[in-house]
Amino acid sequence: MLNDKDRIFKNLYNDMGSDVTSSQKRGDWVNTKEITSKGRDWIINEIKDSQLRGRGGAGFPTGLKWSFAPKEVGSRPHYLVINADESEPGTCKDRDILRFEPHKLIEGCLIASYAVQAHVCYIYIRGEYFVDGQKLQAAIDEAYEKKLLGKNAAGTGWDLDIYIHYGAGAYICGEETALLESIEGKKGQPRLKPPFPALIGLYGCPTIINNVETIAVVPTILRRGGKWFASLGREKNTGTKIFCISGNVNTPCNVEEEMNIPLKKLIEVHGGGVIGGWDNLQAVIPGGSSMPLIPKAKCETLTMDFDSLMAEKSGLGTAGIVVINKDQDIIKCMARIARFYKHESCGQCTPCREGSGWMWRMLERMVKGDATKDEVDMLGDVTNQIAGHTICAFGEGSSWPVQGLLRHFKKEIEERNNLDPIVQKKNNIPYLVDQHLLDKKNA
Amino acid sequence: MSLRRPAKNQPESFEFSTSSLEAANKIVEKYPEGKQQSAVMALLYIAQKQNDNWIPLAAMKCIAQFLKMPYIKVYEVATFYTMYNLSPVGKHFIQICTTTPCMIRGASKLVEACKEKISENECELSNNKNCSWMEVECLGACVNAPMMQINDDYYEDLDKEKTLKILEKILNGETPKPGSYRGRKNNEPENNRKTLMDFKNA
Repeated sequence: MLNDKDRIFKNLYNDMGSDVTSSQKRGDWVNTKEITSKGRDWIINEIKDSQLRGRGGAGFPTGLKWSFAPKEVGSRPHYLVINADESEPGTCKDRDILRFEPHKLIEGCLIASYAVQAHVCYIYIRGEYFVDGQKLQAAIDEAYEKKLLGKNAAGTGWDLDIYIHYGAGAYICGEETALLESIEGKKGQPRLKPPFPALIGLYGCPTIINNVETIAVVPTILRRGGKWFASLGREKNTGTKIFCISGNVNTPCNVEEEMNIPLKKLIEVHGGGVIGGWDNLQAVIPGGSSMPLIPKAKCETLTMDFDSLMAEKSGLGTAGIVVINKDQDIIKCMARIARFYKHESCGQCTPCREGSGWMWRMLERMVKGDATKDEVDMLGDVTNQIAGHTICAFGEGSSWPVQGLLRHFKKEIEERNNLDPIVQKKNNIPYLVDQHLLDKKNA
Repeated sequence: MSLRRPAKNQPESFEFSTSSLEAANKIVEKYPEGKQQSAVMALLYIAQKQNDNWIPLAAMKCIAQFLKMPYIKVYEVATFYTMYNLSPVGKHFIQICTTTPCMIRGASKLVEACKEKISENECELSNNKNCSWMEVECLGACVNAPMMQINDDYYEDLDKEKTLKILEKILNGETPKPGSYRGRKNNEPENNRKTLMDFKNA
């Protein structure tokens, strides 16, 4: 288990309060000026050395992303945008950072803004987190008061203003370009890439977009060194991560742990074990609803990091672990996720708009056992028609969970749905029988 | 996609109150000059708050004028985002998360409770006209499942009895305390905490 002194979010459960003074006791805002005085290149290199990967789901190397920002500020200003539109089912880590560790985020914003030469930072918070957003706003106001933001923020000589922009209940706005559209006051429909936001982003200006957790760990990495962060976890999957353990466990919780921790250990130690014991485990969704589920057999040895989950044809995503035990109907669980995606599709690309509803309707039929035999294959076909044929990654996000279900629980679906469209009724009669006689007999 | 339609009965006109106008002007200042359209989402919230939790078409026209943008663009935004209520939902708007993590921990019991206490169908006003409920997608409090949101506040770690009690209070015009209803501290593992113990005991 990770040593307490190596945990970045020491106030994850709000034991100490989230104001400036108590944050300073935990080491925030202590030597911000020293960090920025070492220069942009040093900051970006240190983040590259730490091998920090974005915590929002895609796992893109943060240092590399920052280095895409133009080196010189031209006629267009640079922007930093923080993605706090946390809506992935199974994930609730950013909420705790917003309400309990706001100063880690604000200080991270200052350092990141300095590194990418932005004077304005927008934090896009999902509308449902209004109360948590108010807590962050209070922290921002306090930071302004203490001269940690605004002109010459924290004595670094860098001017920075932070504004909060509330979303309004659209999952798709977690996609970075949809988020930019939303800040511009439009419908949250993703843009085509390229051009990438690092060159043409918010209001057509260079924009760097990062997840809350990514930015909030930056000050600690720079204080303790990229090497320290890289020493945790394993190569290319370094550092610590907040895991959200939800679903059928005895003690659902958020916990910060080292990357590459075994899944079983996470569930047994922090999650208090599966309800009904480990043998009652059916499957685990390892990284938020859009990642394919993993059946029990593989959960025994699975370690939680980007690459090892990729090897299992799943992904770490946001590290929102949803544990599903054998008391649940796995097909129903996935049908509900399909309904979520049907509801949240932005409607821009046809395969996703039509396909997400199609998948949901088919899965609902499968839950009841009303689906025909060939629909199982058809479902797989539909997922392949969506994934990779849309502007943004929502297409993959909506079809991967269904593909995961088909990969691991096809037998269950087939057992429940052996309705033959020709024979109509569930008789175990081979295909070519005299339909006319059969109907008469059953009449 | 979710299908959303404006209410049939619409008020004739809508005007921002003085306090709303003040808040609106403050929000426009957040964005660069000439980019005041960015404020449309926040202004829709202000209109919704002023108008008992829903946005009439007249308010969209008012916002369009205020921000000097076409009315249809405001309409587009208001119908795209699901948190803007386009028909009356009552003073107390109850949203129950029923996405998978909440579903497998018994969110359907919360729905039952709402059906008993408020109204048979979702998006239907209660008898006293100040309350309605709705099933929504993930509200982002999965480790506190099952949960519900009443206006801005989260009520977490619920079951049917607790939900009934909360709804009773709401219907009586009280405001129950938000947060966990199993008495646990935020998102810590209940009675099973193994990390950051020094801080807990400090």
